[in-house]
Amino acid sequence: MEHSQQWDYVIGLEIHAQLATQSKIFSGAATAYGAEPNTQACAVDLGLPGVLPVLNEQAVTMAVKFGMAIEAEIAPYSVFARKNYFYPDLPKGYQISQYELPVVGKGHLEIEVDGGTKRIGITRAHLEEDAGKSLHESFHGMSGIDLNRAGTPLLEIVSEPDLRSAKEAVAYMRKLHELVRYLGVCDGNMQEGSFRCDANVSVRPGGQKEFGTRVEIKNINSFKFVEKAINHEIERQIELIENGGKVVQETRLYDANKDETRSMRSKEEANDYRYFPDPDLLPVHISEEFKEQIKAQLPELPDAKKSRFKAQYGLDDENAYILTSSRDLADYFEALVRASSCESKLCANWMTGDLMAALNKADLDISTSPMQYERLAGLLIRIDDQTISGKIAKQVFELMWQSGATADAVIAGKGLKQITDTGAIEAIIDKIIAANQDQVEQYRNGKDKVFGFFVGQVMKEMQGKANPAEVNKMLKEKLQ
Amino acid sequence: MHNKSIIELAKGLRSKAFSSVELTQSFLNRIKKHEHLNCFITVIADAALESAKQADAGISSGAANLLTGIPLAHKDIFCTQGVLTSCGSKMLANFNAPYNATVVEQLNHAGAVTLGKLNMDEFAMGSSNETSYYGCVKNPWHTSSVPGGSSGGSAVAVAARLTACATGTDTGGSIRQPAAFCGITGLKPTYGRVSRYGMIAYASSLDQGGPMARSAEDAAVLLQAMAGFDSKDSTSVDRPVPDYLSGLSGAIKGLKIGLPKEFFGDGLNNEVASVIDRAVEEFKKLGAVVKDVSMPNLELAIPAYYVIAPAECSSNLSRFDGVRFGHRCENPRDLTDLFTRSRGEGFGKEVKRRILMGTYALSAGYFDAYYIKAQQIRRLISEDFNNVLKEVDCLMGPVAPTTAFGIGEKIGNPIEMYLSDIYTIAINLAGLPAMSVPAGFSDGKPVGLQIIGNYFTEDKLLNIAHQYQSVTDWHQRIPNGFE
Amino acid sequence: MILTAEEVKKIAYLARLGIEHQDIESYTQDLSNVLDLMQQMGKTGTEGVLPMAHPMDQVQRLRQDLVTESNGRQNFQAVAPLVEEGLYLVPKVIE
Repeated sequence: MEHSQQWDYVIGLEIHAQLATQSKIFSGAATAYGAEPNTQACAVDLGLPGVLPVLNEQAVTMAVKFGMAIEAEIAPYSVFARKNYFYPDLPKGYQISQYELPVVGKGHLEIEVDGGTKRIGITRAHLEEDAGKSLHESFHGMSGIDLNRAGTPLLEIVSEPDLRSAKEAVAYMRKLHELVRYLGVCDGNMQEGSFRCDANVSVRPGGQKEFGTRVEIKNINSFKFVEKAINHEIERQIELIENGGKVVQETRLYDANKDETRSMRSKEEANDYRYFPDPDLLPVHISEEFKEQIKAQLPELPDAKKSRFKAQYGLDDENAYILTSSRDLADYFEALVRASSCESKLCANWMTGDLMAALNKADLDISTSPMQYERLAGLLIRIDDQTISGKIAKQVFELMWQSGATADAVIAGKGLKQITDTGAIEAIIDKIIAANQDQVEQYRNGKDKVFGFFVGQVMKEMQGKANPAEVNKMLKEKLQ
Repeated sequence: MHNKSIIELAKGLRSKAFSSVELTQSFLNRIKKHEHLNCFITVIADAALESAKQADAGISSGAANLLTGIPLAHKDIFCTQGVLTSCGSKMLANFNAPYNATVVEQLNHAGAVTLGKLNMDEFAMGSSNETSYYGCVKNPWHTSSVPGGSSGGSAVAVAARLTACATGTDTGGSIRQPAAFCGITGLKPTYGRVSRYGMIAYASSLDQGGPMARSAEDAAVLLQAMAGFDSKDSTSVDRPVPDYLSGLSGAIKGLKIGLPKEFFGDGLNNEVASVIDRAVEEFKKLGAVVKDVSMPNLELAIPAYYVIAPAECSSNLSRFDGVRFGHRCENPRDLTDLFTRSRGEGFGKEVKRRILMGTYALSAGYFDAYYIKAQQIRRLISEDFNNVLKEVDCLMGPVAPTTAFGIGEKIGNPIEMYLSDIYTIAINLAGLPAMSVPAGFSDGKPVGLQIIGNYFTEDKLLNIAHQYQSVTDWHQRIPNGFE
Repeated sequence: MILTAEEVKKIAYLARLGIEHQDIESYTQDLSNVLDLMQQMGKTGTEGVLPMAHPMDQVQRLRQDLVTESNGRQNFQAVAPLVEEGLYLVPKVIE
């Protein structure tokens, strides 16, 4: 859309990452997804009279791990507070969260934008409990409440308003998504709501220092929607201002079906949350010793791994980026290099090429790949030792994918072994030359292009199994 | 039978002088006979007789401890699985708790026989038992007087010999004040000594369960089973529980008693004051040394308490919304109507008052002036106690400024009612242990002596009270008609 | 009086507490009296005093990440006012 003036956009994201614990943050109920309604809501999750919360150590460990990965200050003492409001999916009438003293303080994340990098500030990350779900399919005009999700541990990660476009917001969100999965603190499953995003969006005339009035957009749960919702909101705000209106500070809900945001008046009317320290919980102490223990468990982080892949394996930017985009992919790649002892570039190309294409087509990811690295290594070894050509290898891969067999079994079964017997190749070449004297004449008169014709004929005759280098060499000799 | 101490009852059960079934039946008969006191909200006669039978079998087979087969009753604030747990409120008048409180589990495990559930101020908010949805309990010493609150049913049941002993809870004096008004022995333990799991929360940072009994000795036996670490309560303290009974034999010669001058100021009734003076004299005879002390911040305990307790309660009681348990209004129009009407109908006036006060104190713009200020004063009060308890072994004073007041006398004036807790509230703010011990009478109504100790000195407090009870008989007096 | 009836109504709404119209006045009076009592706190200077949220200066104990609870739905929903197909029913939730 054309605007009468230049506008700047200011965006901050609040990401809720569900921590991958077995049990809930304050109770011993399971966190598994997809159970029958209310079968994983125990007395504590239901907020029965008299019950009390006890904090899950793993949730704290995961939060600290995350804090270390973004080089944040870890609070030696952090405090849980109650956020008071009434909602049917909030069993106690308050959410246990952190307010004044969050476990993770200021940190940062580098994102890649337009070929360069940009540092995005992270204000804080705090632990809190998730609420339940309202199911809107009608029960005689009523809603049903499922509290299985109530009490699931969340890490709310709040960015500084450092993002300047929807594209940057998506890059930041992807980076964070990659990081939490690397750390193993969140499964990142966006369909199941394990990684959710709210965005604070405002616009201001180009060059103005002060921020405009911000609007919070809730419930944007895919990378695609984040970009669309933010861009939509930016347009809405600019249009509003350019038509003489004013942006109201409010919460809006993104509706992916209609690609629009609409005001959530219900959330607006009384947002005096009356935070105060939860008297049922004591301050959480994170000692230097505890931090040291966690530090020792920290995996290699994506940026470090990418640099190492480039240096150690000689990968180009693109392959290094793709192969470090998840820990599973990176681990697969390193296992493949080790098992095949092939050149790492060959390994990388096969992974980012055929393997990932096949996975995409089958809607699978590397962790559920039917092609284990050992089998793929078997195939690469046969390319490397010239048992098969690269072209035949694609055919072998396809058959391996379908059958689950090893490369060697497929090659033997289908008789695809490359022919390196010079006698056999020579006989075929002689036959082809004898049958195509016209072309021989042309070649000898300087028409080099005809050489390709001969290669093609020979390979066709040999069903592609001839070693191309050998064919080339011998043809050249014979045609001279 | 019903006048015997727990140790005497345990002996009788072992010697087969009587069975637990007989003992239980005799208490059940007395409960029926004295129904007009309105002590019990629920009596579980069949279940009690059944567990008495099991206790008898246990005693015969030699697998028994002191509480095995001893009938007791719980304040209706403790969740009891499958049994109505009303908390004295219409809100929970249909709530059969789906689980047991840790205290209930521990007493069941010890083999005690539960007779039923005891009346109390609604959600433990009150000092007279008049805020109960089930009506006021009558004081057996003077039936037109209140029993005190909030553990009024517990105090009366013990005083009238309707149970051997009872559990209570104390947030601002709710064990000690009714114990004083009814002439029994009550102990509020150190915060964290007794598990709060399954004890319906009023003000989480102040609530503490404890024993209500006829003597320090009985209280020691009961506390032994109630106290201890509970992994389900984050505020429970992991610290060994001493043997309280064996601690009762220590002499108190040389005991240093502090008398805080703030406990003996203007508001104190003269006759109550002289009863306390005489009790202190008795301790001097036992070899104790008395010292005057001062705690200047004590006068702010009431305002600080009436910020902190309502603030916590306003949040703790938000879970009563008509969705998962408790009262739900008829035909709610929408969500707001469901919440507002269910809560409006389910809660009584005093509970509403405190929810409103707490909501106000926590709301934007008032939080610092009220809540933070009160928490700061709480620290000052706590430091006052720490300072004087460095100089003396314990503090003594009255439990309440007067004896039991008349039913209806103060219920219309909340402030006057709040001031009746003036000597007990500060102890909860500091989290210290304190006892109420019968020390005499004024106008035929019992007076309680308060003994306050340092953190986790329940054993010392019980011994101090026991030594006093060895040379006095106030704790053995029985109200007329309840012998 | 420190509070007005309007303020009391606002607080009551925040607390989702239904109060009969005829009772507003007496709540306003009672709450004002209590707030008056609370003003006493202002007499004491508390600058620099650390607010005390718990009687014990202890830190939070942490629980091992283990699933210890099994499905108790039937037991828990036995005390629920209105359930269907395992769900708690409430008037329509509109977001």
